[in-house]
Amino acid sequence: MKYAFFPGCSLDSTARAFDVSTRAVCRALGIALEEIPDWVCCGSTPAHASSNSLAIALPALNLQKAQDMGLPVMVACASCYARLRTANHRICNKPEDRRRTERVTGRSYDGGVEVRHVLDVLVNHLGMDAIRAKVRRPLTGLRVVCYYGCLLTRPPEVVAFDDAEHPTCMDELVAAAGAESMDWPFKTECCGASLAMTHSGVVSRLGHKLLSMAQQAGADCLVVACPLCQVNLDLRQADAAKSHGAFHPTPVIYVTQLLGLALGISYENLGLDALTVRAKALFAKRNAGAAGFAGGKS
Amino acid sequence: MTNPIPWNGSDLLEEVGQRSGTEVSACFQCHKCSTGCPIGPDMDFLPSQIMRLVHLGAEKEALGSQAIWLCASCEACTTRCPMSIDIAGVMDALRIMAIDRKTALPDAHGKQFHRSFLGSVRRHGRVYEMGMMATYKLRTFDLLSDMDKVPQMLAQGKLSLLPNRSGSIKEVREIFRRAEEEDRKP
Repeated sequence: MKYAFFPGCSLDSTARAFDVSTRAVCRALGIALEEIPDWVCCGSTPAHASSNSLAIALPALNLQKAQDMGLPVMVACASCYARLRTANHRICNKPEDRRRTERVTGRSYDGGVEVRHVLDVLVNHLGMDAIRAKVRRPLTGLRVVCYYGCLLTRPPEVVAFDDAEHPTCMDELVAAAGAESMDWPFKTECCGASLAMTHSGVVSRLGHKLLSMAQQAGADCLVVACPLCQVNLDLRQADAAKSHGAFHPTPVIYVTQLLGLALGISYENLGLDALTVRAKALFAKRNAGAAGFAGGKS
Repeated sequence: MTNPIPWNGSDLLEEVGQRSGTEVSACFQCHKCSTGCPIGPDMDFLPSQIMRLVHLGAEKEALGSQAIWLCASCEACTTRCPMSIDIAGVMDALRIMAIDRKTALPDAHGKQFHRSFLGSVRRHGRVYEMGMMATYKLRTFDLLSDMDKVPQMLAQGKLSLLPNRSGSIKEVREIFRRAEEEDRKP
């Protein structure tokens, strides 16, 4: 099983831990990744909010490079994933968008390169049985809430590997890792995304709402699959508590970090030492052989 | 009572429809988009009200709203609209039109963020966070916010002092140039 890997800018900076843990988990599970050479930024929201042409052409350039590699594409960042899928969707469905993209990139492209998110690859391509067979250190007693955010499941006609309102693929991975996924109502609420740059008060309000609900659901940590969700929820907990009231600081970790631990990969090799709200106590407790860490918030 | 926003017969509805590729006139004001909008409480106009402003041809109010810059493009509205209107796409179209027509904006943060971000991509092929943030902060005269987070992010390797350029930088600059040409076409 081999994919062309599109890391994207976040995985190169604020989400380095997502990059490290995705590569480590794929290696452990026998998924070969080959980075798209000289990949470029997908343009993200600033492109689609500024120029219709740029919004498709930047992702398309990466897809054209993947086409040359002859491989399907795997993406980890939810925003890059949505942009690459949207480019394909528009190129396939709107002939004028295809013609314009080809004029702008100077290369021909029919929108045919398959683009999958790492969650989709793990759950639907590799399959849960193969993952369960490789779990060496089940995270028994760890209680988490799975936070999917916006763009992994929306809009469904573009992304469509899980239910738009009630996705479950991350919960399946959490269960395979031996942890318990708690039911909660904010799986697909928005964290405010890039408003962190422009209107950080909004992001504090949304973060407070999400983290308080996670606490109410009895979660030891939040599990995410998007760089913006992770950084917004992890980095701004002190701001959120100051503006909207105290809550228990809660680690926010990538699903690949959680799965990696269960596969027996070390804490450091999953980038878990780079969290603002540290998670070491959660996992140290479990390794010390305590009776799990249910209710284990110190 | 006089109508505060009289229909002014502009071609706003048609142009927004063309730019967003979606049927804005299909909106029957069920407000489902507004009910589910995570940013609704912070907006001056809710998404369904923006749709109504577009119906009314209220260009000044729609293009000059804070709401179009607060939209986080989370696609909840687009996903849930019973008439399959791409409401997030309408927000994009309005942002693009507001810049094109040099509308007076309630605040310039969104516009300057997009400019700074895309400037960084044009220069390096990828976002160089430190440079992008510095440019954005200078443009918005907002030098202090979030600076407390920078030392920690540098220490954890989440920010890099130097840009990590793409080898395809020439191609990226051509793409920006040709995209501008395409966008200028009527």
